[in-house]
Amino acid sequence: MNRWAYLLARILQMIPTLVVIMILVFALVRLLPGNPAVAILGDRVTDEAVARVNQELGLDKPLPMQFWIFFNRVIRGDLGESINLKMAVTRLIGDRLPITLFLTAYAGLLAAVMAIPMAVLSALKRGTWIDNLIRAVFQIGLSLPVFYVSLQLLTVFGAQLRWFPVGGIGPTPASNFYFLFLPALSLGFYMAAILMRSLRASILEVLTSDYVSFARAKGIRPRLVLTRHVLRNAMISTVTLFGLSIGQLMGGAVITETVFAIPGVGRLMVDAIFGRDYAVVQGLTLAFAVVIMVIFLLTDLAYTVLDPRTKVA
Amino acid sequence: MSSSTVNVGAATVVRRKRLTVKPTMILGIGIVATALLMAIFPSLFATHDPNKFDYGAILQAPSAAHWFGTDNFGRDVFSRVVHGARTDLQIALFTTLFPFIFGTLIGALTGYFGRWLDAIFGRIVDVVMVFPFLILVIAIVAMLGPGLKNMFIAVSIVGWVYYARLVRGETIVQKRSDYVSAAKVMGYSPTRVVFRHIFPNAVTPAVVYWMTDMSLGILLGASLGYLGLGAQPPTAEWGVMVADGKNFMTTAPWISTFPGLVLTAVGVGFSLVGDGLADILRPK
Repeated sequence: MNRWAYLLARILQMIPTLVVIMILVFALVRLLPGNPAVAILGDRVTDEAVARVNQELGLDKPLPMQFWIFFNRVIRGDLGESINLKMAVTRLIGDRLPITLFLTAYAGLLAAVMAIPMAVLSALKRGTWIDNLIRAVFQIGLSLPVFYVSLQLLTVFGAQLRWFPVGGIGPTPASNFYFLFLPALSLGFYMAAILMRSLRASILEVLTSDYVSFARAKGIRPRLVLTRHVLRNAMISTVTLFGLSIGQLMGGAVITETVFAIPGVGRLMVDAIFGRDYAVVQGLTLAFAVVIMVIFLLTDLAYTVLDPRTKVA
Repeated sequence: MSSSTVNVGAATVVRRKRLTVKPTMILGIGIVATALLMAIFPSLFATHDPNKFDYGAILQAPSAAHWFGTDNFGRDVFSRVVHGARTDLQIALFTTLFPFIFGTLIGALTGYFGRWLDAIFGRIVDVVMVFPFLILVIAIVAMLGPGLKNMFIAVSIVGWVYYARLVRGETIVQKRSDYVSAAKVMGYSPTRVVFRHIFPNAVTPAVVYWMTDMSLGILLGASLGYLGLGAQPPTAEWGVMVADGKNFMTTAPWISTFPGLVLTAVGVGFSLVGDGLADILRPK
């Protein structure tokens, strides 16, 4: 089986999971008390509108039938309409998702920049005060709430020192490296804490392995042993963890986007909740799950590239 | 477990090495114990009524009279932080208790009996893991309505899968061990084997995770409180208090800063206890 066949198999495996996700998202709106049509349309609606939505969603039909209608609509890319923004939910997501994806990727990048050198230093200086200091800082990072870090960074570097804007996004995509620096940093710090712990542990494990002793015995320069042998192998487990935490990072974007007034899908979700815009909440929940599934798939592929042992023969 | 041999006359006695508790764990226990005391006996610590408005003393900086300053209603921030301990520790307990009980039970049953039970729950676990935890919880809270009780329900619906995964994996390992075969040979019923023999051994990682999860629970509860989906004002809850002060960050930063620091410290406390427990309970 070559890599393409493996990819195809992995994509096929995603289908049953996707169906269960759709059942879950479908069930979500049924948690609402009262008639879903009224919930979707808002309180001040005419009887005709309710009747029309009842008809469209098939709310007068049995549940399996309702799900089938929902399923067909989603397959065609129809997630309903936002009552507050008067726009198709699919278009809303299309407009705002790139911002959140950029923020998440940027945060992930900053997390790697913070975590990798610190993990290497911490592992090489194991047991010294440097190691203890780095671990203490990241231990605190694990318990620092994202909303709190965001608020403090915003106040100090945005409002007081005026080094960075106090919110919003830049006029061009490239300017967002500057505009979204603080939000990405507050989001990335938490992830850096998770990565640092894992990477440090893996480096310590790899350092004691036979092939590293062998590489050293061959007389390979220590720097080369570190980058080519130790780091490459230690990174494997961390890449998986990285992929898995991207999901949590996207969840965190809900908070950062709210604090920094960034018009991404996270803030859209919070606004939709307070605006009782249930079609948007439902559509976004589905969109988040699909994005995460794709990221998991990419992580899997990265894993097979990095670790020759998982190469499918 | 490391051991040392001591010669006593002709006999050789194997003595277990004394359990050493790491200083970081003691620090963690200290923090958690203090927070617990504040939650149970807030009046021992609080200097003022946490909810009393005092328009003669609004937005005052920290001083001898008001250790953490006062907010825009003249409420004493220190006393509110103390009373917040009750809400936030309650969050730590109720966001994790049901997931722990239900998750470990499901994990043990699916791990031992496998087959269709495992297939059904395995699928559910897969799906829940695909969602960002926070997104799923706030989506459920959005449907049920904001508030502490609905937040507990939402977290419980989602949180058990992590425990189930842990205990399922451990149960599968234990199932293959000799003592389980012995118990089966003795003719014990499957229920007895699962709950009397396997469960006490398989539950350890879940207990360790529980401590870490309490720290995550507090963070989650405070985040939802900050967004306005968790505890509702005027309840003293640390996340809500940070949100209350967010418009005064440049003029009266103490309103948000102190509750946030205490929140972080208690989170660190729980995870230090969790790490320490992991070292003690997990044989290397």
